[in-house]
Amino acid sequence: MIRIEHLSKGFGSLEVLNDISFEVRDGETLAIIGRSGSGKSVLMKHMVGLLKPDAGHVHVDGRDLCCAEYGELRELRKRFGVLFQGGALFDSMDTFDNIAFPLEYFSDLTSSEVEARVEECLSLVNLEGVGAKKPSELSGGMRKRVALARAIALEPQYILYDEPTSGLDPETSNTIDQLISHLSDELNVTSVVVTHDMHSVLTSADRVAFLHDTNLHWIGPVDALHDRPDPVLDAFVRASEYHLGDPSASVPLTQDS
Amino acid sequence: MSSLLEFLFSPLRALGRYSILMARAAASLDEIRTYWSNLFDQMVRIGIDSIPIVSLAGAFSGAVLTVQTSYQLESPFIPRSIIGSIVVPSMMLELSVVVMGFILAGRVGARIAAELGTMRVSEQIDALEVMGLNSVGFLVLPRVLAGVLMFPVLYVASCAIGIGGGVAVGHFGGFITAGEFMDGARQFFKPFDPFFGLIKAVTFGFIVTSIACYKGYYTTSGAEGVGDSTTEAAVLSCVFILVADLILAVTLL
Repeated sequence: MIRIEHLSKGFGSLEVLNDISFEVRDGETLAIIGRSGSGKSVLMKHMVGLLKPDAGHVHVDGRDLCCAEYGELRELRKRFGVLFQGGALFDSMDTFDNIAFPLEYFSDLTSSEVEARVEECLSLVNLEGVGAKKPSELSGGMRKRVALARAIALEPQYILYDEPTSGLDPETSNTIDQLISHLSDELNVTSVVVTHDMHSVLTSADRVAFLHDTNLHWIGPVDALHDRPDPVLDAFVRASEYHLGDPSASVPLTQDS
Repeated sequence: MSSLLEFLFSPLRALGRYSILMARAAASLDEIRTYWSNLFDQMVRIGIDSIPIVSLAGAFSGAVLTVQTSYQLESPFIPRSIIGSIVVPSMMLELSVVVMGFILAGRVGARIAAELGTMRVSEQIDALEVMGLNSVGFLVLPRVLAGVLMFPVLYVASCAIGIGGGVAVGHFGGFITAGEFMDGARQFFKPFDPFFGLIKAVTFGFIVTSIACYKGYYTTSGAEGVGDSTTEAAVLSCVFILVADLILAVTLL
C-alpha cells in the first residue's frame, strides 16, 4: 500500500501541492486527474522517491521514502514499474535491449528466458517484431508501448502510469486501458494512473483522485462520478467529455443530464 | 538584494553540488563490477576513438614547434641539437598534454554533457533510478574512471607522435638531422618530465569528464538546457585545465 500523508511541495515561490493525504490500496487502480500543471506528475514522482516533499511523508508498504537511506530506497523502487510520459526509453539501445535491461540487472533469468520474457511483454502491448528497432525508429505511440513493456517486464507490485494514453490513437488507447485493467484484475498489480483521459479513467480505474488548486479536491470511487459529487470536478469531467467530441461515448456520465 | 546574494553564492552552490556528485560517484566504486561493460564501453569511446584527432594534433604541434625553434635559434654559435633539447621537453611537459586537453574538452566533454543532458531531460535518468539502479554509479563513475585511465594513454600517443612529427619535419625540412635531434633530446632528458606529463593527463582527464558529467547530470530546461550544458562543459573544462596546469607547474616543477 502507498500512503501519502500531508504532502506539500513547491518549486521556488511556486506552490504545487499543499497538504495532500490519501492512500493507494493494494490491488486497486487509482486515477489521478486534474488540469495541466496541477501537480499530478509531481505527486507521482514522490511515490517512487524521485522528488522529496517539502513537508509530509510517503509510505510504501509501511516504509517512509522520505527517511529511507539511498540503498533502501533503491530496494523499494524495485517493487515499481513506471511508465513515463515520454517513454524514457534508452536511445542507445534497441527495443529488445530496452525491455531486457531491467531483467538483465535484476533477475536470475538465463538469456533464453530473458528473450522469451521480452517477446511476451511485447506481445502484451501488441508490438511483436520490433525488437531490433531503435527508439528513434518508432512512432510516439509505439515508444510508449515499448516503455510499458519495459515497466511490466519484472512483474512489479506497483505500476505508475504518467499519461499512458496521451498521443495514442483510440484503438491503441483501448489496448493500454485493457492492459491496465488486466494487470490489476489478473495479477493484482496496484496501479496509479496520471491522466486527462476520462475514457481511460472510466475504463480502468477503481477510484479517482482529483487535484485542483494545489489541493486534493476530491477522491472517491469512479462510479461516484455519475452522481456529480462536486461542481468543480463535474466541470472538469464534462469539459473532458466535450473534448472527446463524442458525448455518446460517455453514456454513463450523461445518462441523467 | 536577494538576486545579488543568489549571484554571489551560485558558484559556491555549484561547487557543493559538484562535490556531492563526485562523492556519490566515489561511493559507487564498490558497485563498479556491476558496470564493467559500461566502463569498457566508455574507455573505447573516450580513449580509442580519440586517438586519431589527438595524434593529428600532436604531430602538427611537434612539427610546428621544431620549425619555430629552429627559426629562433638560427645562429652559427648554437649547436643544432639544442632544437631537440627544447622540443622534446616542451612536448612532454606542456604542449602535447594541454593541446590534447583542449581538444578532448570539446570532443569528449561536450559529448558526455550532451548525452547525459539529453538523458536527464527525456527522463532516462529517472527511469534508471526507478528501476533501482544507481544512476551516478551507472553513468558518472564509468565516464570519470575512463577519462582518468585513458587520458594518460592518449598523452603517450600524442607525445610520441608529436616528437616523431618534430623529427620528421626537422629531418626532411633540412633544419636538423634525426640524429642531432635525438642527441639533443637525450642530453637534457629528465625522467620526471614524462611522469609530470602523465600527472597532468590524469588531472585533465578528471577535470574534463567530471565537469561534463556534472553539467549533463544536472541539466534542466529541455533542448536549450542541453545546449547550455554542452557549451558550459567545454568552456569550463578549458578554464580549469589552464588553472590546473599552472597549479601543477608551480607545485611540482
